[in-house]
Amino acid sequence: MAATYDVAQVRDDFPILQRRLAGDLPLVYLDSANTSQKPRQVVDAIDAHYLAHNANVARAMHQLGAEASEAFELGRTKVAGFIGANRREEVVFTKNASEALNLVARVLGDAGAVGPGDEIVISQMEHHSNIVPWQLLAERTGATLRWFGLTPEGRLDLENDPIGERTKIVAVTWVSNMLGTINPVADLVARAKAVGAYSVVDASQAVPQVPVDLAALDADFVAFTGHKMVGPTGIGVLWGRYDLLASLPPFLGGGEMIETVTMERSTFAAPPARFEAGTPPIAQAVGLGAAVDYLSSLGMENVAAHEQAVTAYALERLLEIDGLTVVGPTEPVDRGGAISFTLDGVHPHDVAQLLDSKGVAVRAGHHCAKPAHACFGVQSTTRASFYLYTTEAEIDALVAAIWHTKKYFGA
Amino acid sequence: MNVDALYQEIILDHYKRPHGAGLRDGGDAEVHHVNPTCGDEITLRVHLDGDVVRDISYDAQGCSISQASASVLNDLVVGHTVAEGFTTLDAFQELMQGKGQVEPDEDVLEDGIAFAGVAQFPARVKCALLSWMAFKDAATQATGAQAAGKESS
Repeated sequence: MAATYDVAQVRDDFPILQRRLAGDLPLVYLDSANTSQKPRQVVDAIDAHYLAHNANVARAMHQLGAEASEAFELGRTKVAGFIGANRREEVVFTKNASEALNLVARVLGDAGAVGPGDEIVISQMEHHSNIVPWQLLAERTGATLRWFGLTPEGRLDLENDPIGERTKIVAVTWVSNMLGTINPVADLVARAKAVGAYSVVDASQAVPQVPVDLAALDADFVAFTGHKMVGPTGIGVLWGRYDLLASLPPFLGGGEMIETVTMERSTFAAPPARFEAGTPPIAQAVGLGAAVDYLSSLGMENVAAHEQAVTAYALERLLEIDGLTVVGPTEPVDRGGAISFTLDGVHPHDVAQLLDSKGVAVRAGHHCAKPAHACFGVQSTTRASFYLYTTEAEIDALVAAIWHTKKYFGA
Repeated sequence: MNVDALYQEIILDHYKRPHGAGLRDGGDAEVHHVNPTCGDEITLRVHLDGDVVRDISYDAQGCSISQASASVLNDLVVGHTVAEGFTTLDAFQELMQGKGQVEPDEDVLEDGIAFAGVAQFPARVKCALLSWMAFKDAATQATGAQAAGKESS
């Protein structure tokens, strides 16, 4: 762990981590891949916006309107800087990562990017939000959906590469929300590029925990969400190469996305406004800007190093438990901070319930990744996921609660 | 919240040794119900003999609560008329949706009263109701098919 990283000091920024649960138990929050907790700095920024600067953006001619517009656009500038975008206009605000992915799928389809005989390539470890929009696009256009399978270790089976000359779109996740696997996305983007296909990266679990440099990634589109990176809910990001965005038709029609409207037809604004119909998530953009500032102040290299250290410790401790099977890579190499597991003789919902009774919050179920579960012959798993405020003591609490669960169910 | 209120000994017994588990041949209707939020699944067949539920056979994947509930469903409904089964279902559903405020009738629900604690855990109520809703669906289809058969004959 980096010497400069003080997890106790970080935790002081997150008042919720001091919460006591029923039975006066301390909260052990291990569900950050689901949604992260928010530091005081982010909540304060949203608070200050609503209490002192609230107005609609882009259309109000008054002082508050100017302040709100400036704050909203500053959020965009901060996000663009954080991910290394060439231009701030490449950052499109959506309501979440799902909407960002649906936006790309919809407008690429409307632009005629795929048709019968063409192929769209995804992988079997995708979140449902990076599967379903492509299935729908394939159905609409007559294109064929293909995918990378998984190795027994829970990595992409790169040997059996479905990318070929018919491939028009490659859409893959950077970090799996279920297996924790970090995929070689730059390599996959290069493979897509080599056959002239668009590349789309679901970075929902990556932007929160690894340093992102879009210039090095070289993808066409990247989607992520605010609430998993210490920001608020209600805001997601679609980043796209400016020339591409500028060549694509609009997504939703409405206010703010037009250039001019007559009763017969409309012309459309330049990106990003073209893809942001209606009143945008204004306070959320302010909050996301504060989240980006917070992460930058910690240093994403430090956040990643902390995540890596905590994950390595957790893997080591969890693998000591008889009857516990980690579904996903068991080595802390190219691996994010989400660990899904099964426990012999105890269903994941029952594991989660028992852990909750000890104050340990995890997620149980299919984690919106049913095909990935099917790959490993399991219907559901229990998932513990870590973040920049997770401590080794919390991992110890998790392990103790799992032993308690085993005893409780006689497993 | 006390987790022991949820995991009554009776529930754990039914979970470990479920009554009537497995799909058996025949049956008057088969349904497949899924709990989309957690992925629990059940395939359930209702086997009627006139208006009597001769058997409920099922293949269920899920947590202890959903598995035990299917087992209790089998105990309470098999051998009774469909109408009696629906009355029991109503009582069980009322208990589950009563937020812990409903006093269960042991004469009606027997081992089902052990699920009273589940009602205090809103996230688990759907687990307990999965098999019962599947039964309701299957029995409605089966009796509908019977009625249609009578009309046409």
